[in-house]
Amino acid sequence: MLRIDNISKTFNPGTVNEKVALKNLSLDLKDGDFATIVGSNGAGKSTMFNAIAGTFIVDEGNIYLDGDDITFKKEHVRSKVIGHLFQDPLKGTAPSMTIEENMALAYLRASNSSNRMFSRIKQSDKKAFREKLAMLDMGLEDRMKQPVGLLSGGQRQALTLLMATFVTPKLLLLDEHTAALDPATAEKVLDLTKSIVAERGITCLMVTHNMHQALEVGNRTLMMNAGQIVFDTCGAEREKLTVSDLLEKFKVGAGEELDNDRVLLS
Amino acid sequence: MSSIITVSIFQSALELGLMYALVALALFISFTILNIADLTTDGCFTLGCAVGAIVTLSGHPFLGIIAAMISGACAGFVTALLQTKFGVESILAGIIVNTALYTVNIFIMTSQVSIFGVDTIFSLAKDSFLQQFFGDWYKVVILVVIVGLIALALWWFLGTTLGMSIRATGDNAEMVKSSSINPTFTITVGLCLANSLTALSGVLIAQYQKSADINIGTGMVTIALASLIIGQSLIGNKGSTLRRVIGTIAGSVLYRFIVAVALRLSVPAEALKLVSAMIVAVAIALPYVRKKAALKKREFANYRENKSGREEKNA
Ligand SMILES: Nc1ncnc2c1ncn2[C@@H]1O[C@H](COP(=O)(O)OP(=O)(O)O)[C@@H](O)[C@H]1O
Ligand SMILES: [Mg+2]
Repeated sequence: MLRIDNISKTFNPGTVNEKVALKNLSLDLKDGDFATIVGSNGAGKSTMFNAIAGTFIVDEGNIYLDGDDITFKKEHVRSKVIGHLFQDPLKGTAPSMTIEENMALAYLRASNSSNRMFSRIKQSDKKAFREKLAMLDMGLEDRMKQPVGLLSGGQRQALTLLMATFVTPKLLLLDEHTAALDPATAEKVLDLTKSIVAERGITCLMVTHNMHQALEVGNRTLMMNAGQIVFDTCGAEREKLTVSDLLEKFKVGAGEELDNDRVLLS
Repeated sequence: MSSIITVSIFQSALELGLMYALVALALFISFTILNIADLTTDGCFTLGCAVGAIVTLSGHPFLGIIAAMISGACAGFVTALLQTKFGVESILAGIIVNTALYTVNIFIMTSQVSIFGVDTIFSLAKDSFLQQFFGDWYKVVILVVIVGLIALALWWFLGTTLGMSIRATGDNAEMVKSSSINPTFTITVGLCLANSLTALSGVLIAQYQKSADINIGTGMVTIALASLIIGQSLIGNKGSTLRRVIGTIAGSVLYRFIVAVALRLSVPAEALKLVSAMIVAVAIALPYVRKKAALKKREFANYRENKSGREEKNA
């Protein structure tokens, strides 16, 4: 489904701030794979996501999605088939627009969207939005005319998740999307994520700092360090792995401890 | 009081307010919605005047209006192109096009043009049933119809998928890219639309005054911003799109009333631009200054607390 072939990215090349963020990174994700990603701060996890989503064009290498070479495709073109959620719950929605307007924009990713350019939100659209929102169990279906800016961070992130998967994406990128939420909300959003991804068999990559999550959610675990994937496990090997094994792997792969302040062991 | 506001002052303020409201609506699109300071406005207004006046002079008042709007959209397109495709800072893009338009406008109309001996939409209305029905108010009536239609169309458009995409572009640019909306496209459409409204205002003014000169647009962006801000303080910048569109028009009309009263009170006409500039500067600076003042107050309270703490310890 997703094939990353030897990509590299250096920020600010030739200056004192030069930073190699991705170094000959390769990855092959199968259709329906749900891989979690761990790695210390600055390992290049977000940069890899941005490379896939098209925020910038990689310096070297190629990226293929579902057989298509998307290496030089623009971000807004890729986003038709790639959903991208960030740690900051404010990033994924337009605050001064209403819930239903935000959802209508998400619906644009449906392939026939160019015919919809001059159509307004229809009654049938509203019904569909309402049904989707009811799934969140947050009462948002009764607040469809309210600006999104009035919602809490957790509600906004849940809405963003709903919007990103409204039209089923080929690939879903979750960049610590629950890290900024309070524990109860984070759990709710994670449960929602798991059920949506499972229900529709979406191919998914999720960055997390929670080691248990990294091993229990999805079917594959990747570990990144210094712009490379240093450990990749799935299947029976992954099932046997414990959190302490994972931390040990990190020491071996990276030659250093995973930064403790951000790692969650519970 | 009756000597300050006469019916004819009220009437002409209403007429001017409605015509200039189109520039305020243009800035509502570029400044409020797209979050871009589009400084094409001054030159674009003059462009609308010039193109509209020349076509009107050739005996086609309606074609003049359409030609002016198309020319305005072209100006907006160039500004959008510079900022989306050539990496020119948005403010600079507007300034560059504004400067270029000066020369273009001179080419079109030399430094001045008068519209006499031909029909304008106002002279046509005067000869029609409109004047029989509404007497002296016929100009107000057609302007209410024109501006009302534009306002309705704008409200409708901003609720379509394309209109919503434009609103989202100014609201959260990052979200837009990850929703498969092309910001280059939405910015371009928004600026073309905004500048076509500015030019429409220009041609209406030219037909209304039966003349245009090269400096007619000078300071227009500030005046329109003042109207926009007055409108926002009337109605608040929250609320439905229709409410905000109507608020913007009301702001422009109110602005023209204020100007009319000021002129009546013998404030020299030259002072008006300074006053508009001050309204805009104060209105935009106010929230910032308030925040600063609140911070200073906290700092001062903190300082006093520490001081009294020290004194207690010393005692
Ligand atoms: N736009 C950018 N400009 C310069 N440096 C960047 C940029 N984005 C990321 N980096 C650098 O690249 C490295 C990887 O960052 P990132 O991918 O955000 O790490 P993480 O694994 O924590 O998500 C960091 O050293 C970061 O400072
Ligand atoms: Mg990151």
